[in-house]
Amino acid sequence: MSEKTATSKPDTVYLFGTCLIDLLYPQAGVATVKLLQHAGVRIIYPQAQTCCGQPAWNSGYREQALAVARAQLELFPKPIPIIVPSASCARMMKFQYARLFAGQPDEAEARKVASRVYELSGFLVDELNIQLHDSGAPLRVAVHTSCSARREMAVANKIPELLKHLHNVDAVEPQHAEECCGFGGTFAIKQPEISAAMVLEKCRHICATGAQQLVSQDYGCLMNIGSALEKQGVALAHQHIAEFLWERIQDRDP
Amino acid sequence: MTSEFRRNATSALQQDDVQTNLNRVVHKLREHRQAAWIAADEWRQLRRHCQAIRENAVRKLPQLLEQLETNLIRNGIQVHWAETAEQANHVVLSIMQRHDAKLIIKGKSMVSEEIALNHFLMQHGIQALETDLGEFIIQLAGEKPAHIIVPALHKNRRQIAELLHRHFPGYAYTEDVDELAQLARKILRDHFQFARVGLTGVNFMIAESGTLCLVENEGNGRMCSTIPPVHIAVTGIEKVVEKLSDIPPLLSILTRSATGQPITTYFNMISAPRQPGEKDGPREVHVVLLDNGRSTSYRDRELAATLRCIRCAACINHCPVYQHIGGHAYGTVIPGPIGSILEPQQRGLDRYGELTQASTLCGACTEVCPVGIPIADILNRLRWDATRQDADCSTPGAGSGYIPAQTALWKLWAWQCTHPGAYRLSTRLATRLRVVLPGYFDAWTNVRTMPKLAKTTLHERLKALGIDHE
Repeated sequence: MSEKTATSKPDTVYLFGTCLIDLLYPQAGVATVKLLQHAGVRIIYPQAQTCCGQPAWNSGYREQALAVARAQLELFPKPIPIIVPSASCARMMKFQYARLFAGQPDEAEARKVASRVYELSGFLVDELNIQLHDSGAPLRVAVHTSCSARREMAVANKIPELLKHLHNVDAVEPQHAEECCGFGGTFAIKQPEISAAMVLEKCRHICATGAQQLVSQDYGCLMNIGSALEKQGVALAHQHIAEFLWERIQDRDP
Repeated sequence: MTSEFRRNATSALQQDDVQTNLNRVVHKLREHRQAAWIAADEWRQLRRHCQAIRENAVRKLPQLLEQLETNLIRNGIQVHWAETAEQANHVVLSIMQRHDAKLIIKGKSMVSEEIALNHFLMQHGIQALETDLGEFIIQLAGEKPAHIIVPALHKNRRQIAELLHRHFPGYAYTEDVDELAQLARKILRDHFQFARVGLTGVNFMIAESGTLCLVENEGNGRMCSTIPPVHIAVTGIEKVVEKLSDIPPLLSILTRSATGQPITTYFNMISAPRQPGEKDGPREVHVVLLDNGRSTSYRDRELAATLRCIRCAACINHCPVYQHIGGHAYGTVIPGPIGSILEPQQRGLDRYGELTQASTLCGACTEVCPVGIPIADILNRLRWDATRQDADCSTPGAGSGYIPAQTALWKLWAWQCTHPGAYRLSTRLATRLRVVLPGYFDAWTNVRTMPKLAKTTLHERLKALGIDHE
């Protein structure tokens, strides 16, 4: 790795935890903190953060989305990276804020915040060049890449890169990995039949890999796929990549 | 109450043969497209070029249309403007009546589907015969196209064989694809010879030369536009491009995006009717230029991108929703992602607003669009238009999706998310109440378990861990 990258490694970052992780999967947020600390990074978690505004933005409620997004802007004043353990929320902030704030008095401020947003797996690989040592038993892991990670955020290859550090982990990509899992936020509720067909197909492809574990960088997808696997009684654990990595690098025999 | 769209989608999801056929064909089309590009760079470069061509054409639409009209007329092609579907139908009818024609043979034209021409002509005692193989099959089945370039993709070989045998029992039953094509060819051949009027669509119109371009694989488009004494081309006004040199890149990206072909079997450039001394070609060429709501999209800076579409169907082929429900469920002329942004603009959010919700916004459509239409962003924009109460929006049916109770909920959510103290209190409360919250919500739990709220929030955990908050 180049010297330049080594010297420009950020030593302090903000964490934007996302409302989904806050309420349902805080262990993924904690694991994110632990991983970043493991890489020698100090974390600031503004306690006034709530939601990036995406739910309202994608539902056509722009006024409400704008109000909520605006409330986040002032929480990240320092010129340091904002780490988001979700490609979907990171995409909202990095790419959609420019549209949401277009023509608003704080558009420039929003663009500045957007430019500092990083999705976690991409940050670990590209900015921190994190080194990980596997201490777990042999395991086959299926990787699900969220649509935001694959498309605008362009971090689809980051989880496989991270998993390469773990010598006992065999990472596999399910067939038709590029197809959406059918979550789509309110889509799952507004079009439940189509969403069900999509997630069941996704489950079939994941099960066909023979993996014992599923990981992703987005809890939206994991909630959808994981709950569907559970309903079918499939014994296949699902975890956020941060949780998975943090567990794998714990020394089992201290 | 379940909407018509949801009922249609559910019905498609329950038909095993439709599921199998759809799944097979969309994946085949995706593979073909993938194989058509030697290098990703080549595709990106060509896409940038084609996007610029179409952006330029849409930006200059009024001026290019005037130039096109002048050059078409100079070439001897008769130009008819139609603001509505009804006007377009009447133009075709009056040409038919002038030539006392009772049969019109048709090449593939989605605009003729848009104006429901076949139905209209039938009411006036005129028979329209589809000659594109897929459209021919669909017409025999009494259905509508399920796809814009592969209209019968939901049917398999056996279903097609049985359909042909039912309508033409005189021919021996066969399930061989080549024999089936030969059979259709034989049946159609006579009509090509005797019909007085042929109709086709148009893929591109060149403003600087007054030329109509027609892309096809079967040769029926060429037959329809050259054998009958009268050729009528119907098309949307957005198909115009500025220059002849715009055509090679557009043709290349169109055929590769659509079927993965480097070029189609036939590419027709129609510049004039038969000239004195020439031995073939139609004596009259007409072009019907249809607006039907397109100029409303043109006037909106963001929505105008919709008009760039070259109807390659790549977005349809890559849509995970289309892949599961097929074309008929949409209830529109054009299905899939492009249909879900186009139809509400043309025919109103009040009628087709739900289609903007028929997407996970996964972005597969935007990714493959050869002219860079931000389809997912436009879906997002139209969802906004559906809820808007202000007067600044000219999208037809704007505000028709406004539901006071829903708006109130979003307002409550926004209040909570803009009051961090209230947010923390309510999320903390929710986690404490996790055991008494409902564990069943059928839209979700029919195929999934109900996710459980955490015991404590991330805010609480990180505070307890002593993580700095500023």
